[in-house]
Amino acid sequence: MSTRNIEILVGLFVAGALAALFMLAMKVSNFTSYGEDDHGYEIHASFDNIGGLKVRSPVSAGGVRVGKVSDISYDNESFEAVVTMSLESKYKFPKDTSAGILTAGLLGEQYVGLEPGGDDENLADGSTIELTQSALVLEQVIGQFLYSKAQDDK
Amino acid sequence: MLSHFLQKLGHRSLSIFARLGRASQFLWATLLAMPSVLLRPNLLIKQMYSTGVQTLVIILVAGVFVGMVLALQAYIVLVDFGAEESISLMVSLSILRELGPVFTGLLFAGRAGSALTAEIGLMKSTEQLSGMEMMAVDPMKYIIAPRFLAGIISVPMLAMIFMAVAVLGGFFVATDMLGQYEGVFWSQLHVKVDFYNDVVNGIIKSAVFGFVVVWIAVFEGYDCVPTSEGLGQATTRSVVYGSLAVLGLDFVLTAVMYAV
Amino acid sequence: MDDLITYSQQQPDVLVEIRDMYFSRGGRPIFDGINMDISRGQVTAIMGPSGTGKTTLLKLIGGQLKPDAGTIKVDGEDVHKLSHKALYELRQRMMGMLFQSGALLTDLNVYDNVAFPLREHTPLSESMVHHLVLLKLQAVGLRGARDLMPAELSGGMARRVALARAIALDPQMIMYDEPFTGQDPISMGVLVSLIRNLNTALGLSSIVVSHDVPETCSISDYVYSAGKVVEHGTPTQLSASESPWVKQFMGGLADGPVPFHFKGAAIMDDLLQGGVK
Repeated sequence: MSTRNIEILVGLFVAGALAALFMLAMKVSNFTSYGEDDHGYEIHASFDNIGGLKVRSPVSAGGVRVGKVSDISYDNESFEAVVTMSLESKYKFPKDTSAGILTAGLLGEQYVGLEPGGDDENLADGSTIELTQSALVLEQVIGQFLYSKAQDDK
Repeated sequence: MLSHFLQKLGHRSLSIFARLGRASQFLWATLLAMPSVLLRPNLLIKQMYSTGVQTLVIILVAGVFVGMVLALQAYIVLVDFGAEESISLMVSLSILRELGPVFTGLLFAGRAGSALTAEIGLMKSTEQLSGMEMMAVDPMKYIIAPRFLAGIISVPMLAMIFMAVAVLGGFFVATDMLGQYEGVFWSQLHVKVDFYNDVVNGIIKSAVFGFVVVWIAVFEGYDCVPTSEGLGQATTRSVVYGSLAVLGLDFVLTAVMYAV
Repeated sequence: MDDLITYSQQQPDVLVEIRDMYFSRGGRPIFDGINMDISRGQVTAIMGPSGTGKTTLLKLIGGQLKPDAGTIKVDGEDVHKLSHKALYELRQRMMGMLFQSGALLTDLNVYDNVAFPLREHTPLSESMVHHLVLLKLQAVGLRGARDLMPAELSGGMARRVALARAIALDPQMIMYDEPFTGQDPISMGVLVSLIRNLNTALGLSSIVVSHDVPETCSISDYVYSAGKVVEHGTPTQLSASESPWVKQFMGGLADGPVPFHFKGAAIMDDLLQGGVK
């Protein structure tokens, strides 16, 4: 094998690998959405129970993804879970927007759903959503159901 | 009788440690010789051809088939849950996180690793390494380090190609054979597959595997008993230990990267 | 163990000086306290039966093996106290080595093999390298074979190419490891005259390790017998030696201090045992 041919083949090999990486990054992963983070803003919301919500879970409004959960922590003073969401800057929401933790489909993953309010002023970076709806905890629902059934039977 | 057995056991264990010590010294000497490889790019390119380009065929074929099989099996399982849409996710995550790096590591150990061991072992047996030393050419710099560096560079690249080809294989099965819509296939991935957590981690894994497999292959060749029997044993050991190392490290890396 | 013998002939410069050198392998002592002086400009032979460590001695001199005790000095420098870099410089400057099998690089052709040390160690242009390679090959009579691959060469030719490669950088000494072993008479003759002529023409010092007595003695200025350095002297001195060991070796006698029979039980005992295990 002449040196020149070897060099050409190795060059093709490297090019192929880079093309593969490009394809993986662009088509197979969320790489493209990383750029969008730079222009986001953060808002907070407190919940009694976040259920199965995780960091990077989606934040949607009207079924459209508008951001993601960037941090989850627990406030030891108010004894509530604090969820920090990072929203894309092109989406603005009124100050009295409510946030609820919903489930996609029956067994799907949980996400934060935003219901816009009617305030003139919008949520700014660092502001907090006041109205929140915690996640449905299955045991509590069943418990409630059984309790109300017991009530009905009385 | 028992004391004889214990004696043998002790001797065996000590020689394992001695081997590990030699291997570490060898690695250190190789790493020291690496900078000089950059002064001789021709050697590096030639070795990248031998280890990388010549492993490409088996990687491509294996990648396509793994991707296709995975898509089929994913469908069979997911269709019961009405979750066929998640085929692309299941295929991609399996490939990117596990099968891509591991398969590449194993195939590399089998094809390129054994070739490296045999080549270096043969050079040792025919006194070519000794001859080089006496010609004041350091075989570490001229023979060992280029092969080592070529391996470390080639394996992640092969893994990337494997992953891309496997996903495409899965795509082909999902759309052509199972009738899924193309848009559905890709859109799932766009959202759920994280570049840093999945793609980059997979590449990191393959880099680690490549490092270890090449280290083992090159060392076994360098340290082999210079007879034909010794060479055969060294080649076998290089494939076996290399493969086991890949699987063992895969567990460790997975636990670290995807810590629950 | 042995005294240092000073020779009353000329006092040539000492190229390789070995003092009180001990070396063992696998628990077996191979050299115990030997002393040797190898002179510049001469062909010095180291002879002895197989297994007495002749090749090991060359490796010790070249720095590939380290002695358990004692010193080996080449051109005044203690080989085993040198740093990695200094050792390689010493090898480049001083040493050429001809291995038993030639040790040519199998993936390069004859020309590239001889050019290898030149390209690695000198900044000479390709045209200069071309001239030098052809000259070296001419010296060993293989200029026409320059495009062949090592696999296409006969044993004798491979050794000659290796010789051309060994003299490529014009070292001050060349070590020959069993150069005559397994050669047909013609190749043998070629090698013998090459070694002697090169030594004279290029002003080299040569160390020949061999067990081919007549050939080696015909070109050597000085002979050591390996192992415990039983005797040394000029070839004529040795053939006149009274030592039974040297007599057996030089005369090629089947039995003597080196026994014919491998150590074992007496023959009657063995035969009586036969079949009964």
